Amino acid sequence: MPLTALAVFAAPSVPIDWSPLWISLETSVVATVVTFVAGLATAVWRQRRTGFVSALIDGICLLPLVLPPTVVGFFLLLLFGRNGPLGRLLLRFDTSVVFSWPATVIAAAVVAFPLMYLSARAALEQVDSRFLEAARTLGASEWRVFHAVALPLAWPGVLAGTILSFARALGEFGATLMLAGDIPGRTATIPIAIYFAVESDDIQHALAWSAVDVAISLALLGGLYYWTHVQGRGRWDRR
Amino acid sequence: MPLEVQIEKRLPEFTLDVTFTCGDEPLSVLGPSGAGKTMLLRCIAGLERAGRGRVVLGNRVLFDSSKSIQLPARDRRVGMLFQHFALFPNKTVAENVAFGLQTLPRHEQQQRVAAMLERSHIIGLESRYPRQISGGEQQRVALARALAINPEALLLDEPLSALDTHLRSQMETQLQETFAAYRRPALLVTHNIEEAYRLGERMLVLSRGRVAAFGGKHELFRRPPSMEVARLTGCKNFSRARMISTGVVEAVDWGCQLRVAHELAAGVTHLGVRAHEIDFVEMRNGATEENVFSCWLARSSETPFRVTLYVSLRPPGRATSEQSSCDLQAEMTKEKFRLIRERPMPWQIQLRPESIFLLPD
Repeated sequence: MPLTALAVFAAPSVPIDWSPLWISLETSVVATVVTFVAGLATAVWRQRRTGFVSALIDGICLLPLVLPPTVVGFFLLLLFGRNGPLGRLLLRFDTSVVFSWPATVIAAAVVAFPLMYLSARAALEQVDSRFLEAARTLGASEWRVFHAVALPLAWPGVLAGTILSFARALGEFGATLMLAGDIPGRTATIPIAIYFAVESDDIQHALAWSAVDVAISLALLGGLYYWTHVQGRGRWDRR
Repeated sequence: MPLEVQIEKRLPEFTLDVTFTCGDEPLSVLGPSGAGKTMLLRCIAGLERAGRGRVVLGNRVLFDSSKSIQLPARDRRVGMLFQHFALFPNKTVAENVAFGLQTLPRHEQQQRVAAMLERSHIIGLESRYPRQISGGEQQRVALARALAINPEALLLDEPLSALDTHLRSQMETQLQETFAAYRRPALLVTHNIEEAYRLGERMLVLSRGRVAAFGGKHELFRRPPSMEVARLTGCKNFSRARMISTGVVEAVDWGCQLRVAHELAAGVTHLGVRAHEIDFVEMRNGATEENVFSCWLARSSETPFRVTLYVSLRPPGRATSEQSSCDLQAEMTKEKFRLIRERPMPWQIQLRPESIFLLPD
Protein backbone atom coordinates (compact mmCIF):
# COMPACT_ATOMS: atom_id res chain seq x y z
CA MET A 1 0.00 0.00 0.00
CA PRO A 2 2.63 2.60 0.93
CA LEU A 3 4.59 1.67 -2.17
CA THR A 4 1.67 2.25 -4.51
CA ALA A 5 1.19 5.56 -2.76
CA LEU A 6 4.54 6.63 -4.17
CA ALA A 7 2.65 6.99 -7.42
CA VAL A 8 1.78 10.45 -6.17
CA PHE A 9 5.43 11.35 -6.64
CA ALA A 10 5.73 9.48 -9.93
CA ALA A 11 2.74 11.04 -11.63
CA PRO A 12 1.84 14.17 -9.69
CA SER A 13 -1.46 15.81 -10.36
CA VAL A 14 -0.14 19.00 -8.80
CA PRO A 15 3.53 20.07 -8.51
CA ILE A 16 5.05 18.33 -5.49
CA ASP A 17 6.44 20.35 -2.65
CA TRP A 18 9.64 18.48 -1.74
CA SER A 19 10.52 20.87 1.07
CA PRO A 20 9.47 18.53 3.95
CA LEU A 21 12.13 16.02 2.84
CA TRP A 22 14.93 18.61 2.72
CA ILE A 23 13.85 20.27 5.95
CA SER A 24 13.69 16.88 7.66
CA LEU A 25 17.13 15.83 6.43
CA GLU A 26 18.78 19.17 7.20
CA THR A 27 17.19 19.28 10.63
CA SER A 28 18.18 15.70 11.43
CA VAL A 29 21.77 16.09 10.26
CA VAL A 30 22.39 19.29 12.20
CA ALA A 31 20.55 17.97 15.27
CA THR A 32 22.60 14.75 15.15
CA VAL A 33 25.88 16.68 15.01
CA VAL A 34 24.80 18.76 18.01
CA THR A 35 23.60 15.67 19.89
CA PHE A 36 26.75 13.74 19.08
CA VAL A 37 29.02 16.36 20.62
CA ALA A 38 26.74 17.13 23.57
CA GLY A 39 25.89 13.50 24.34
CA LEU A 40 29.48 12.33 24.16
CA ALA A 41 30.76 15.25 26.21
CA THR A 42 28.12 14.70 28.88
CA ALA A 43 28.87 10.96 29.00
CA VAL A 44 32.60 11.68 29.48
CA TRP A 45 31.86 14.31 32.09
CA ARG A 46 29.57 11.98 34.01
CA GLN A 47 32.14 9.17 34.03
CA ARG A 48 34.11 10.95 36.72
CA ARG A 49 31.09 11.53 38.94
CA THR A 50 29.77 9.04 41.42
CA GLY A 51 26.79 8.57 43.70
CA PHE A 52 24.15 11.27 43.90
CA VAL A 53 25.72 13.58 41.31
CA SER A 54 25.83 10.89 38.64
CA ALA A 55 22.26 9.85 39.42
CA LEU A 56 21.19 13.48 39.11
CA ILE A 57 22.95 13.86 35.75
CA ASP A 58 21.31 10.66 34.54
CA GLY A 59 17.89 11.85 35.63
CA ILE A 60 18.15 15.19 33.88
CA CYS A 61 19.63 13.68 30.71
CA LEU A 62 17.01 10.97 30.40
CA LEU A 63 14.03 13.23 31.07
CA PRO A 64 13.38 14.01 27.37
CA LEU A 65 13.16 10.27 26.75
CA VAL A 66 10.41 9.61 29.27
CA LEU A 67 8.42 12.86 29.02
CA PRO A 68 5.78 13.16 26.30
CA PRO A 69 7.31 15.17 23.42
CA THR A 70 4.57 17.75 23.79
CA VAL A 71 5.71 18.41 27.35
CA VAL A 72 9.31 18.73 26.17
CA GLY A 73 8.13 21.12 23.47
CA PHE A 74 6.12 23.11 25.97
CA PHE A 75 9.12 23.48 28.28
CA LEU A 76 11.26 24.53 25.33
CA LEU A 77 8.60 27.08 24.43
CA LEU A 78 8.72 28.45 27.96
CA LEU A 79 12.51 28.55 27.80
CA PHE A 80 12.82 30.16 24.37
CA GLY A 81 9.62 32.24 24.39
CA ARG A 82 9.61 36.03 24.71
CA ASN A 83 9.50 35.83 28.48
CA GLY A 84 11.71 32.78 28.83
CA PRO A 85 15.30 33.19 30.08
CA LEU A 86 16.89 32.02 26.83
CA GLY A 87 14.31 33.84 24.69
CA ARG A 88 15.11 37.14 26.43
CA LEU A 89 18.83 36.51 26.01
CA LEU A 90 18.31 35.96 22.27
CA LEU A 91 16.17 39.09 22.02
CA ARG A 92 19.17 41.14 23.06
CA PHE A 93 20.81 39.98 19.84
CA ASP A 94 17.60 40.79 18.03
CA THR A 95 16.73 37.21 17.21
CA SER A 96 14.16 34.68 18.22
CA VAL A 97 14.13 30.99 17.48
CA VAL A 98 10.48 30.17 18.13
CA PHE A 99 8.65 29.24 14.90
CA SER A 100 11.84 29.26 12.85
CA TRP A 101 14.01 26.56 11.31
CA PRO A 102 16.54 26.52 14.21
CA ALA A 103 13.59 25.60 16.44
CA THR A 104 13.19 22.29 14.56
CA VAL A 105 16.87 21.58 15.23
CA ILE A 106 16.58 22.45 18.93
CA ALA A 107 13.50 20.27 19.37
CA ALA A 108 15.01 17.33 17.49
CA ALA A 109 18.35 17.59 19.29
CA VAL A 110 16.78 17.73 22.74
CA VAL A 111 14.58 14.74 22.07
CA ALA A 112 17.40 12.70 20.47
CA PHE A 113 19.94 13.61 23.15
CA PRO A 114 19.06 10.83 25.68
CA LEU A 115 19.67 8.11 23.09
CA MET A 116 23.11 9.47 22.25
CA TYR A 117 23.95 10.00 25.89
CA LEU A 118 22.85 6.49 26.93
CA SER A 119 24.69 4.77 24.09
CA ALA A 120 27.88 6.77 24.57
CA ARG A 121 27.83 6.23 28.32
CA ALA A 122 27.35 2.48 27.98
CA ALA A 123 30.04 2.25 25.30
CA LEU A 124 32.56 4.22 27.36
CA GLU A 125 31.81 2.18 30.47
CA GLN A 126 32.58 -0.97 28.49
CA VAL A 127 36.12 0.16 27.76
CA ASP A 128 38.51 -1.68 30.08
CA SER A 129 40.04 0.94 32.37
CA ARG A 130 43.44 -0.77 32.15
CA PHE A 131 43.84 0.53 28.59
CA LEU A 132 43.29 4.07 29.82
CA GLU A 133 45.68 3.54 32.72
CA ALA A 134 48.33 2.09 30.44
CA ALA A 135 48.03 5.18 28.25
CA ARG A 136 48.45 7.44 31.29
CA THR A 137 51.60 5.66 32.47
CA LEU A 138 52.94 6.15 28.93
CA GLY A 139 52.64 9.90 29.37
CA ALA A 140 49.39 10.55 27.49
CA SER A 141 47.32 13.62 28.38
CA GLU A 142 43.68 13.07 29.33
CA TRP A 143 42.60 14.40 25.93
CA ARG A 144 44.85 11.90 24.18
CA VAL A 145 43.64 9.09 26.44
CA PHE A 146 40.14 9.96 25.27
CA HIS A 147 40.60 10.42 21.54
CA ALA A 148 43.36 7.86 20.93
CA VAL A 149 42.24 5.07 23.26
CA ALA A 150 38.77 5.40 24.80
CA LEU A 151 36.88 6.70 21.77
CA PRO A 152 38.21 4.17 19.23
CA LEU A 153 37.44 1.32 21.62
CA ALA A 154 33.94 2.67 22.34
CA TRP A 155 33.32 3.53 18.69
CA PRO A 156 30.79 0.80 17.76
CA GLY A 157 28.49 1.86 20.60
CA VAL A 158 29.00 5.54 19.92
CA LEU A 159 28.19 4.98 16.26
CA ALA A 160 25.05 3.02 17.11
CA GLY A 161 23.98 5.89 19.36
CA THR A 162 24.57 8.38 16.56
CA ILE A 163 22.42 6.42 14.12
CA LEU A 164 19.65 6.01 16.70
CA SER A 165 19.79 9.73 17.43
CA PHE A 166 19.51 10.52 13.74
CA ALA A 167 16.49 8.23 13.43
CA ARG A 168 14.87 9.83 16.47
CA ALA A 169 15.53 13.34 15.15
CA LEU A 170 14.01 12.37 11.82
CA GLY A 171 10.84 11.15 13.48
CA GLU A 172 10.44 14.05 15.88
CA PHE A 173 6.94 15.52 15.83
CA GLY A 174 5.46 16.70 19.13
CA ALA A 175 8.17 18.97 20.44
CA THR A 176 8.82 20.32 16.94
CA LEU A 177 5.20 21.28 16.47
CA MET A 178 5.16 23.06 19.84
CA LEU A 179 8.34 25.03 19.29
CA ALA A 180 8.58 25.42 15.51
CA GLY A 181 4.99 25.16 14.37
CA ASP A 182 3.90 24.21 10.88
CA ILE A 183 5.30 26.71 8.42
CA PRO A 184 5.43 25.09 4.98
CA GLY A 185 8.86 25.45 3.43
CA ARG A 186 10.49 26.48 6.74
CA THR A 187 9.56 24.27 9.68
CA ALA A 188 7.28 21.62 8.21
CA THR A 189 9.21 18.36 8.44
CA ILE A 190 7.96 15.07 7.02
CA PRO A 191 6.06 14.01 10.19
CA ILE A 192 4.39 17.39 10.34
CA ALA A 193 3.56 17.25 6.65
CA ILE A 194 1.98 13.84 7.21
CA TYR A 195 -0.08 15.10 10.14
CA PHE A 196 -1.48 18.06 8.24
CA ALA A 197 -2.03 15.98 5.11
CA VAL A 198 -4.18 13.58 7.11
CA GLU A 199 -5.96 16.47 8.79
CA SER A 200 -6.89 17.93 5.41
CA ASP A 201 -7.97 14.50 4.07
CA ASP A 202 -5.05 14.30 1.62
CA ILE A 203 -4.49 10.55 2.18
CA GLN A 204 -2.36 10.20 -0.95
CA HIS A 205 0.29 12.62 0.29
CA ALA A 206 0.15 11.19 3.80
CA LEU A 207 0.81 7.73 2.43
CA ALA A 208 3.57 8.93 0.13
CA TRP A 209 5.45 10.75 2.89
CA SER A 210 4.97 7.79 5.21
CA ALA A 211 6.54 5.56 2.57
CA VAL A 212 9.51 7.92 2.35
CA ASP A 213 9.93 7.73 6.14
CA VAL A 214 9.74 3.93 6.08
CA ALA A 215 12.41 3.81 3.37
CA ILE A 216 14.77 6.13 5.26
CA SER A 217 14.23 4.24 8.53
CA LEU A 218 14.94 0.88 6.89
CA ALA A 219 18.12 2.27 5.35
CA LEU A 220 19.19 3.56 8.77
CA LEU A 221 18.50 0.24 10.48
CA GLY A 222 20.44 -1.52 7.74
CA GLY A 223 23.30 0.88 8.25
CA LEU A 224 23.13 0.35 12.01
CA TYR A 225 23.41 -3.39 11.57
CA TYR A 226 26.21 -3.10 9.06
CA TRP A 227 28.25 -0.72 11.16
CA THR A 228 27.84 -2.52 14.46
CA HIS A 229 28.06 -6.12 13.25
CA VAL A 230 30.09 -6.08 10.08
CA GLN A 231 32.25 -3.02 9.84
CA GLY A 232 32.03 -1.31 13.19
CA ARG A 233 34.69 -3.14 15.16
CA GLY A 234 37.32 -2.62 12.53
CA ARG A 235 40.02 -4.92 11.30
CA TRP A 236 41.89 -5.02 14.59
CA ASP A 237 39.22 -7.28 16.03
CA ARG A 238 39.76 -10.02 13.49
CA ARG A 239 42.30 -12.74 13.91
CA MET B 1 68.57 6.57 41.64
CA PRO B 2 66.66 4.96 44.49
CA LEU B 3 62.91 4.73 44.77
CA GLU B 4 61.77 5.65 48.26
CA VAL B 5 58.25 4.64 49.13
CA GLN B 6 56.21 5.40 52.17
CA ILE B 7 52.52 4.88 51.60
CA GLU B 8 49.45 4.67 53.75
CA LYS B 9 46.11 3.96 52.17
CA ARG B 10 42.88 2.82 53.72
CA LEU B 11 41.36 -0.15 51.91
CA PRO B 12 38.03 -1.85 52.63
CA GLU B 13 39.63 -4.84 54.36
CA PHE B 14 42.77 -3.36 55.88
CA THR B 15 45.11 -0.41 55.69
CA LEU B 16 47.98 -0.54 53.25
CA ASP B 17 50.95 0.74 55.23
CA VAL B 18 54.26 0.16 53.48
CA THR B 19 57.70 1.73 53.76
CA PHE B 20 60.74 0.64 51.79
CA THR B 21 63.52 1.79 49.51
CA CYS B 22 64.39 0.12 46.25
CA GLY B 23 67.85 0.64 44.81
CA ASP B 24 68.95 0.06 41.23
CA GLU B 25 68.14 -3.63 41.36
CA PRO B 26 65.02 -5.70 41.06
CA LEU B 27 62.89 -6.05 44.19
CA SER B 28 60.34 -8.83 44.41
CA VAL B 29 57.11 -8.03 46.18
CA LEU B 30 55.75 -11.33 47.44
CA GLY B 31 52.44 -11.92 49.14
CA PRO B 32 49.19 -13.84 48.91
CA SER B 33 46.45 -12.48 46.65
CA GLY B 34 44.65 -9.61 48.31
CA ALA B 35 47.68 -8.53 50.34
CA GLY B 36 47.75 -5.11 48.64
CA LYS B 37 50.57 -5.76 46.18
CA THR B 38 48.82 -4.43 43.10
CA MET B 39 47.47 -1.44 45.05
CA LEU B 40 51.04 -0.62 46.09
CA LEU B 41 52.16 -0.56 42.45
CA ARG B 42 49.16 1.53 41.44
CA CYS B 43 49.93 4.10 44.13
CA ILE B 44 53.55 4.36 42.95
CA ALA B 45 52.47 4.66 39.31
CA GLY B 46 49.98 7.39 40.23
CA LEU B 47 46.92 5.43 39.10
CA GLU B 48 45.60 5.43 42.64
CA ARG B 49 45.73 8.18 45.20
CA ALA B 50 47.47 7.15 48.41
CA GLY B 51 46.02 8.55 51.60
CA ARG B 52 49.25 9.65 53.20
CA GLY B 53 52.94 9.29 52.61
CA ARG B 54 55.72 10.13 50.22
CA VAL B 55 57.10 8.61 47.04
CA VAL B 56 60.46 9.89 45.82
CA LEU B 57 62.20 8.65 42.69
CA GLY B 58 65.80 9.86 42.52
CA ASN B 59 65.49 13.58 43.13
CA ARG B 60 61.91 13.84 41.95
CA VAL B 61 59.05 13.88 44.43
CA LEU B 62 56.18 11.94 42.86
CA PHE B 63 53.89 12.14 45.85
CA ASP B 64 54.02 13.94 49.17
CA SER B 65 50.82 14.22 51.15
CA SER B 66 52.30 16.75 53.59
CA LYS B 67 53.11 19.13 50.69
CA SER B 68 50.04 18.19 48.64
CA ILE B 69 52.22 16.97 45.80
CA GLN B 70 50.46 14.43 43.62
CA LEU B 71 52.13 14.11 40.24
CA PRO B 72 49.70 12.68 37.65
CA ALA B 73 50.61 9.28 36.21
CA ARG B 74 51.58 10.81 32.87
CA ASP B 75 54.36 12.89 34.45
CA ARG B 76 55.86 10.21 36.67
CA ARG B 77 58.00 8.47 34.06
CA VAL B 78 57.31 5.15 35.73
CA GLY B 79 56.89 2.22 33.36
CA MET B 80 54.19 -0.25 34.20
CA LEU B 81 53.62 -3.75 32.90
CA PHE B 82 50.01 -4.73 33.54
CA GLN B 83 48.89 -8.18 34.53
CA HIS B 84 47.17 -8.91 31.24
CA PHE B 85 49.51 -6.57 29.37
CA ALA B 86 46.77 -4.05 28.43
CA LEU B 87 48.02 -3.65 24.87
CA PHE B 88 45.76 -1.30 22.91
CA PRO B 89 43.73 -3.75 20.80
CA ASN B 90 43.04 -1.16 18.09
CA LYS B 91 46.69 -0.36 17.52
CA THR B 92 49.37 -2.41 15.80
CA VAL B 93 52.42 -3.71 17.63
CA ALA B 94 54.50 -0.83 16.28
CA GLU B 95 51.82 1.73 17.22
CA ASN B 96 51.61 0.28 20.70
CA VAL B 97 55.34 0.60 21.27
CA ALA B 98 55.35 4.10 19.75
CA PHE B 99 52.45 5.29 21.93
CA GLY B 100 54.65 6.86 24.60
CA LEU B 101 56.98 8.50 22.09
CA GLN B 102 54.60 11.17 20.76
CA THR B 103 56.91 14.05 21.60
CA LEU B 104 59.72 12.70 19.41
CA PRO B 105 59.99 13.51 15.68
CA ARG B 106 58.53 10.81 13.49
CA HIS B 107 61.76 9.30 12.18
CA GLU B 108 63.19 9.13 15.70
CA GLN B 109 60.02 7.38 16.83
CA GLN B 110 60.45 4.79 14.12
CA GLN B 111 64.10 4.23 15.00
CA ARG B 112 63.28 3.85 18.67
CA VAL B 113 60.42 1.42 17.98
CA ALA B 114 62.62 -0.69 15.71
CA ALA B 115 65.37 -0.77 18.34
CA MET B 116 62.96 -1.69 21.13
CA LEU B 117 61.37 -4.47 19.09
CA GLU B 118 64.75 -5.88 18.16
CA ARG B 119 65.96 -5.82 21.74
CA SER B 120 62.81 -7.67 22.79
CA HIS B 121 63.25 -10.27 20.04
CA ILE B 122 60.07 -9.21 18.24
CA ILE B 123 60.67 -9.42 14.53
CA GLY B 124 58.16 -9.23 11.70
CA LEU B 125 55.15 -8.50 13.90
CA GLU B 126 55.15 -4.69 13.55
CA SER B 127 51.89 -4.44 11.63
CA ARG B 128 50.01 -7.15 13.52
CA TYR B 129 47.31 -6.38 16.06
CA PRO B 130 47.58 -7.69 19.64
CA ARG B 131 44.83 -10.23 19.01
CA GLN B 132 46.86 -11.75 16.23
CA ILE B 133 49.97 -12.55 18.27
CA SER B 134 50.62 -15.09 21.01
CA GLY B 135 50.59 -14.44 24.75
CA GLY B 136 54.36 -14.54 24.98
CA GLU B 137 54.66 -12.07 22.12
CA GLN B 138 52.08 -9.80 23.74
CA GLN B 139 54.14 -9.87 26.92
CA ARG B 140 57.29 -8.86 25.07
CA VAL B 141 55.50 -6.08 23.20
CA ALA B 142 54.07 -4.77 26.47
CA LEU B 143 57.51 -4.76 28.03
CA ALA B 144 58.99 -3.02 24.98
CA ARG B 145 56.21 -0.42 25.16
CA ALA B 146 56.86 0.25 28.85
CA LEU B 147 60.63 0.49 28.32
CA ALA B 148 60.37 2.65 25.19
CA ILE B 149 59.67 5.79 27.22
CA ASN B 150 62.93 5.18 29.09
CA PRO B 151 61.20 5.06 32.47
CA GLU B 152 63.08 5.87 35.64
CA ALA B 153 61.48 2.94 37.43
CA LEU B 154 59.76 -0.18 36.23
CA LEU B 155 56.72 -1.79 37.86
CA LEU B 156 55.64 -5.28 36.87
CA ASP B 157 52.30 -6.64 38.06
CA GLU B 158 52.27 -10.46 38.00
CA PRO B 159 54.08 -10.42 34.65
CA LEU B 160 54.12 -14.18 34.19
CA SER B 161 50.77 -15.22 35.61
CA ALA B 162 48.89 -14.81 32.33
CA LEU B 163 51.27 -17.12 30.48
CA ASP B 164 51.24 -20.86 29.89
CA THR B 165 53.75 -22.86 31.89
CA HIS B 166 56.03 -23.56 28.95
CA LEU B 167 56.29 -19.85 28.18
CA ARG B 168 57.02 -18.84 31.74
CA SER B 169 60.61 -19.97 32.02
CA GLN B 170 61.31 -18.43 28.63
CA MET B 171 59.83 -15.09 29.69
CA GLU B 172 61.55 -15.32 33.04
CA THR B 173 64.88 -15.50 31.23
CA GLN B 174 63.97 -12.46 29.19
CA LEU B 175 62.95 -10.56 32.30
CA GLN B 176 66.29 -11.43 33.88
CA GLU B 177 68.06 -10.06 30.80
CA THR B 178 65.92 -6.95 30.96
CA PHE B 179 66.68 -6.36 34.62
CA ALA B 180 70.40 -6.90 34.03
CA ALA B 181 70.40 -4.21 31.34
CA TYR B 182 67.98 -1.86 33.08
CA ARG B 183 69.86 -1.08 36.31
CA ARG B 184 67.17 1.14 37.78
CA PRO B 185 64.59 0.45 40.44
CA ALA B 186 62.32 -2.38 39.35
CA LEU B 187 59.43 -3.77 41.38
CA LEU B 188 58.08 -7.18 40.54
CA VAL B 189 54.82 -8.20 42.15
CA THR B 190 54.09 -11.91 42.37
CA HIS B 191 52.47 -14.55 44.53
CA ASN B 192 54.81 -17.20 43.17
CA ILE B 193 57.64 -17.90 45.62
CA GLU B 194 60.02 -19.31 43.05
CA GLU B 195 59.46 -16.45 40.64
CA ALA B 196 60.04 -13.96 43.41
CA TYR B 197 63.25 -15.69 44.42
CA ARG B 198 64.69 -16.08 40.94
CA LEU B 199 63.88 -12.59 39.64
CA GLY B 200 64.45 -10.36 42.64
CA GLU B 201 67.68 -9.58 44.44
CA ARG B 202 65.90 -8.27 47.45
CA MET B 203 62.46 -9.18 48.60
CA LEU B 204 59.52 -7.46 50.24
CA VAL B 205 56.94 -9.74 51.81
CA LEU B 206 53.48 -8.19 52.14
CA SER B 207 50.70 -9.51 54.31
CA ARG B 208 47.38 -7.72 54.69
CA GLY B 209 48.90 -4.42 53.69
CA ARG B 210 51.88 -4.56 56.04
CA VAL B 211 55.53 -5.29 55.40
CA ALA B 212 56.05 -8.71 56.96
CA ALA B 213 59.69 -8.84 55.89
CA PHE B 214 62.09 -6.85 53.77
CA GLY B 215 65.67 -7.78 52.92
CA GLY B 216 68.05 -9.82 50.84
CA LYS B 217 66.38 -12.94 49.52
CA HIS B 218 69.03 -15.39 50.74
CA GLU B 219 68.89 -14.16 54.30
CA LEU B 220 65.11 -13.98 54.19
CA PHE B 221 64.71 -17.57 53.09
CA ARG B 222 67.42 -18.91 55.38
CA ARG B 223 66.15 -17.23 58.50
CA PRO B 224 62.62 -15.86 58.15
CA PRO B 225 61.88 -13.32 60.89
CA SER B 226 58.41 -14.61 61.70
CA MET B 227 56.12 -17.57 61.30
CA GLU B 228 54.06 -15.59 58.79
CA VAL B 229 57.08 -14.91 56.59
CA ALA B 230 58.25 -18.50 56.92
CA ARG B 231 54.85 -19.65 55.74
CA LEU B 232 54.66 -17.06 52.91
CA THR B 233 58.10 -18.10 51.71
CA GLY B 234 56.92 -21.68 51.46
CA CYS B 235 57.88 -23.34 54.75
CA LYS B 236 55.60 -26.29 55.46
CA ASN B 237 56.75 -27.68 58.82
CA PHE B 238 56.08 -25.87 62.08
CA SER B 239 56.00 -26.90 65.69
CA ARG B 240 55.56 -25.09 68.96
CA ALA B 241 58.95 -24.79 70.60
CA ARG B 242 60.38 -24.61 74.11
CA MET B 243 64.01 -23.78 74.86
CA ILE B 244 65.66 -26.50 76.95
CA SER B 245 69.20 -25.23 77.13
CA THR B 246 71.67 -23.41 74.90
CA GLY B 247 71.44 -24.97 71.48
CA VAL B 248 68.72 -27.44 72.44
CA VAL B 249 65.02 -26.91 71.90
CA GLU B 250 61.96 -29.09 72.38
CA ALA B 251 59.61 -29.44 69.40
CA VAL B 252 56.39 -29.77 71.38
CA ASP B 253 54.15 -30.86 68.51
CA TRP B 254 56.63 -33.43 67.22
CA GLY B 255 57.51 -34.82 70.64
CA CYS B 256 61.27 -34.58 70.26
CA GLN B 257 64.28 -32.51 71.25
CA LEU B 258 66.35 -30.82 68.60
CA ARG B 259 69.82 -29.38 68.50
CA VAL B 260 69.80 -26.00 66.73
CA ALA B 261 72.58 -23.95 65.16
CA HIS B 262 70.99 -20.50 65.39
CA GLU B 263 69.98 -18.79 68.57
CA LEU B 264 67.33 -16.17 68.99
CA ALA B 265 67.48 -13.24 71.34
CA ALA B 266 63.74 -12.82 71.82
CA GLY B 267 61.39 -15.44 73.21
CA VAL B 268 61.09 -18.46 70.97
CA THR B 269 57.58 -19.80 70.50
CA HIS B 270 57.85 -21.85 67.31
CA LEU B 271 60.36 -23.53 65.08
CA GLY B 272 60.23 -24.48 61.44
CA VAL B 273 62.05 -26.53 58.86
CA ARG B 274 61.60 -26.50 55.09
CA ALA B 275 60.29 -29.62 53.39
CA HIS B 276 63.26 -30.01 51.06
CA GLU B 277 65.79 -29.68 53.91
CA ILE B 278 64.71 -32.90 55.58
CA ASP B 279 67.24 -35.66 54.89
CA PHE B 280 66.46 -39.34 54.85
CA VAL B 281 69.54 -41.11 56.25
CA GLU B 282 70.51 -44.76 56.57
CA MET B 283 70.29 -46.40 59.93
CA ARG B 284 73.70 -46.54 61.52
CA ASN B 285 73.95 -48.52 64.67
CA GLY B 286 75.94 -46.97 67.47
CA ALA B 287 76.78 -43.70 65.78
CA THR B 288 74.74 -40.95 67.44
CA GLU B 289 73.93 -38.55 64.67
CA GLU B 290 72.40 -35.23 65.57
CA ASN B 291 68.64 -34.86 65.28
CA VAL B 292 67.97 -38.26 63.73
CA PHE B 293 64.51 -39.73 64.32
CA SER B 294 62.51 -42.71 63.24
CA CYS B 295 59.49 -41.96 61.11
CA TRP B 296 56.65 -43.73 59.39
CA LEU B 297 55.19 -42.82 56.01
CA ALA B 298 51.57 -41.69 56.21
CA ARG B 299 51.03 -40.84 52.56
CA SER B 300 52.78 -39.35 49.59
CA SER B 301 51.93 -37.18 46.62
CA GLU B 302 53.77 -36.89 43.35
CA THR B 303 54.37 -34.21 40.77
CA PRO B 304 56.15 -35.11 37.54
CA PHE B 305 59.63 -34.68 39.01
CA ARG B 306 59.23 -34.42 42.75
CA VAL B 307 57.64 -36.32 45.60
CA THR B 308 56.16 -34.99 48.82
CA LEU B 309 56.16 -37.42 51.74
CA TYR B 310 53.93 -36.95 54.75
CA VAL B 311 55.58 -38.71 57.68
CA SER B 312 54.71 -39.31 61.30
CA LEU B 313 57.23 -39.46 64.11
CA ARG B 314 55.12 -42.03 65.96
CA PRO B 315 54.42 -45.61 64.88
CA PRO B 316 51.11 -46.09 63.08
CA GLY B 317 48.15 -46.58 65.41
CA ARG B 318 49.92 -44.91 68.30
CA ALA B 319 48.95 -41.37 67.36
CA THR B 320 46.29 -40.08 69.71
CA SER B 321 43.22 -38.42 68.35
CA GLU B 322 44.37 -34.88 69.02
CA GLN B 323 47.61 -35.40 67.14
CA SER B 324 47.41 -35.57 63.39
CA SER B 325 48.72 -38.72 61.80
CA CYS B 326 51.29 -36.67 59.96
CA ASP B 327 53.94 -34.49 61.58
CA LEU B 328 56.28 -33.48 58.79
CA GLN B 329 56.29 -32.87 55.07
CA ALA B 330 59.46 -33.81 53.23
CA GLU B 331 60.13 -33.08 49.59
CA MET B 332 62.67 -34.68 47.30
CA THR B 333 63.41 -35.63 43.73
CA LYS B 334 62.00 -38.88 42.40
CA GLU B 335 65.49 -40.37 42.03
CA LYS B 336 66.14 -39.88 45.69
CA PHE B 337 62.76 -41.33 46.56
CA ARG B 338 63.50 -44.43 44.52
CA LEU B 339 66.61 -44.99 46.65
CA ILE B 340 64.80 -44.89 49.96
CA ARG B 341 61.42 -46.39 49.18
CA GLU B 342 62.66 -49.97 49.47
CA ARG B 343 64.08 -49.46 52.95
CA PRO B 344 62.16 -51.08 55.76
CA MET B 345 60.08 -48.90 58.10
CA PRO B 346 60.77 -47.02 60.20
CA TRP B 347 62.84 -44.70 58.07
CA GLN B 348 65.38 -42.38 59.61
CA ILE B 349 65.14 -38.65 59.05
CA GLN B 350 67.61 -36.02 60.00
CA LEU B 351 66.70 -32.41 60.75
CA ARG B 352 70.10 -30.75 60.43
CA PRO B 353 70.67 -28.08 63.09
CA GLU B 354 71.48 -25.40 60.44
CA SER B 355 68.19 -25.99 58.65
CA ILE B 356 66.05 -25.37 61.71
CA PHE B 357 64.93 -21.82 62.29
CA LEU B 358 63.51 -20.52 65.52
CA LEU B 359 60.60 -18.10 65.36
CA PRO B 360 59.45 -15.47 67.81
CA ASP B 361 55.81 -14.88 68.55
